[in-house]
Amino acid sequence: MSYKWNWGVLLDPVVTGENATYLEWIVHGFFITLGLTLCAWTLALVVGTVFGVMRTWPNRFGQAIGTAYVSIFRNVPLIVQFFVWYFVVPEILPAAIGDWIKGVKPNVQFFVVSVLALGMYTGSRICEQLRAGIQALPRGQRQAGLAMGFSTAQTYGHVMLPQVFRHIMPPLTSEFLIISKNSAIASTIGLLELSRQAQQLVDFTAQPYESFIVVTLAYVLLNFLILRFMAWINNRISLPGLMGH
Amino acid sequence: MFDFDWQALIASRHILAAGAWITLQVTLVAIACGVVWGTVLALCAVSAIKPLALFAKAYVALFRSIPLVMLLLWFFLIVPQLLKAVFDLSPTVDIRLVSAMVAFSMLEAAFFSEIIRAGILGLSRGQFLAARSLGMTTVQMMRYIILPQAFKAMLPILLTQCIVIFQDTSLVYVIALGDFFRNAVSLGERDGTLVQMLLFAGLVYWLICSTLSASVKLVQQRMQHD
Amino acid sequence: MSLSTSIRCKRAGHALGHSVLAAALLGGIAAAQAAGPALDGTLKKIKDSGVVVVGFREASIPFSYYNDDKQPIGYSADITRLVLDQIKNKLELPGLQVRQLPITSQNRISLLQNGTIDFECNTTTHNESREKQVDFSNSFFIVGTRLLAKKDSGIKDFDDLKGNTVVVGAGTTSEILLRKMNAEKNMGMNVISAKDHSESFLTLSTGRAKAMMMDDALLAGERAKTRDPKDYVITGTPQSFEVYGCMLRKGDSQMKTLLDEVIAKAKTSGAAAKIYDTWFMKPIPPKQLNLDFPMSDTMKALFAKPNDRVTP
Repeated sequence: MSYKWNWGVLLDPVVTGENATYLEWIVHGFFITLGLTLCAWTLALVVGTVFGVMRTWPNRFGQAIGTAYVSIFRNVPLIVQFFVWYFVVPEILPAAIGDWIKGVKPNVQFFVVSVLALGMYTGSRICEQLRAGIQALPRGQRQAGLAMGFSTAQTYGHVMLPQVFRHIMPPLTSEFLIISKNSAIASTIGLLELSRQAQQLVDFTAQPYESFIVVTLAYVLLNFLILRFMAWINNRISLPGLMGH
Repeated sequence: MFDFDWQALIASRHILAAGAWITLQVTLVAIACGVVWGTVLALCAVSAIKPLALFAKAYVALFRSIPLVMLLLWFFLIVPQLLKAVFDLSPTVDIRLVSAMVAFSMLEAAFFSEIIRAGILGLSRGQFLAARSLGMTTVQMMRYIILPQAFKAMLPILLTQCIVIFQDTSLVYVIALGDFFRNAVSLGERDGTLVQMLLFAGLVYWLICSTLSASVKLVQQRMQHD
Repeated sequence: MSLSTSIRCKRAGHALGHSVLAAALLGGIAAAQAAGPALDGTLKKIKDSGVVVVGFREASIPFSYYNDDKQPIGYSADITRLVLDQIKNKLELPGLQVRQLPITSQNRISLLQNGTIDFECNTTTHNESREKQVDFSNSFFIVGTRLLAKKDSGIKDFDDLKGNTVVVGAGTTSEILLRKMNAEKNMGMNVISAKDHSESFLTLSTGRAKAMMMDDALLAGERAKTRDPKDYVITGTPQSFEVYGCMLRKGDSQMKTLLDEVIAKAKTSGAAAKIYDTWFMKPIPPKQLNLDFPMSDTMKALFAKPNDRVTP
């Protein structure tokens, strides 16, 4: 197959005339992936908590909404969700809003859509974990809280959720890991994250192997960093002997 | 909202059906090969032979740290010739389909191996000791005592993983393989009906996965009653 | 399946692979001794395997795109058919199996280099930087890279793109040209790279991009797909004139000779002109619209004197 290895191509200036080397493109993609992972995880945490609480709140309507949310976002493949957020949502919103969205800078559009898609999808998973965590709490907790005169909201806020979050910290941090890998799907709608940079390098350099090896190593590095982060958080916060630990 | 063009959808049903067939093929092969290779890996991981255990753990760690998208691209752009040689394929075979099947099988094996390993480790030590005291070799022990119980214990999780595999097959979009999703998108782009096709595809996936998930729940409940 | 069985299966697979390889080598030697001058490269591969894998585009109207039966049709598809007929003749393989593989502008070079496809005649520009990786046949088309925009967008030429969003195909020469222009002239454009031509057009038609840059013949094809082609206008001074050639593996001289012969003969015999007429001057599927894209003078000159020069 006589392939000529040329690792130096990574330090070549890019052929499209922009002021960068190919390696800088990869680094740029790395940080986009990292940023996307952080933002999506934050959104997922917020959304997942809201819906997780809704599903256990003593209110039929709220529970129905929570169940519908989980059902929709867990049973549709993630790539389909990306496409729906990017292509469908601007078209079904009122024309003025839709047009404004489409006029936003493309890179910003890609990023925001990716955060929304990843966040809402992962939120449904976190919602389920939260629900399981709440249901695993001894019934006495909620009852004691209510008996002390707390409203349901206060019971959740002061008594139940703090405990539940510490219980489910391990699964929550592993969601962070999963998001970092699902972020690669954002390349299908055009976000210039890490895997898209790999494809760009294959387009513009004649050295596909080098490009792919470096990007794969970048993902392994990212994975390792996140695992370290997870271990650190779990050590500090979670309670041993419980869920996922 | 918008008038859904049912006529166009029915006219393109062949393309969508062909896509669905591809989705099914990749899913089934990934499950079959993934379970087999995953069981082997799980056995390696729990075995007392250090190099095997190390290999299994390294394999799982590697494949769980790379996104599926990258893996698909690797097998499609970079190593098709290797695949052709190893599997002795005739050039008429669609290399994209083979790349997808290989990539999925290798990745899902890592996930299956973790599930099965958890199943094995979750069994009480008494099972292992009893089998040994009956004079069984390791192979017999695994085949007749340990694995059946491990699989039974992990059945709901294994089935859920199968549903995940079914959803993940939509990612073959990135290697331009014409599965159900990609064909739906191609049709939408060709005819300018992308919004409708995306919603249609989403609906189909939702229907199938909800049904499958509900079935798994039933299985789980049945098992708890045993 | 136990570990030992799976190992045995793998060993059997390797043995099978080795024996097939050996058989192929022997067969190849025998065939070479039987035929005239020894075949090498792609032609040898085709003769030995009895299969030719050709790459085609799925949505590059009117060069290579799917009709309703998911068969590729178009100007380039017809040229490909001429090449396939010639291969059948030359290798004396009337039963030659043809496998068609859809490719994109992103993966066409990789797939050719790694042997997945044997050649492709679609819309690949023959230029010097690509010559480092692959070889090209005689040119069969000439295009200028221009812009497609909505009539009411006010975009008349490339300078009007300042500060706007423009879409190009990923991995195309237009992408490189546009991004270079953006960097050199500081135009502040937002450049979207779409996966293929129809996605590029979708980005334009939904209003996400103000203009689309591509080869003018492809722009005409994209415009013909819409409900109202009059809404769109092809404008802008061509940023480059480019030639399309069939792409083949580097150093494969026999294949190149075959491709060159086919294309030259098609031009001088008038077959190529007829194919041009069918796809550019008559109504074409899917909407039976006429592109009305008359042959440029440079193309007429190319047809009169077939060559494989990079600059027309």
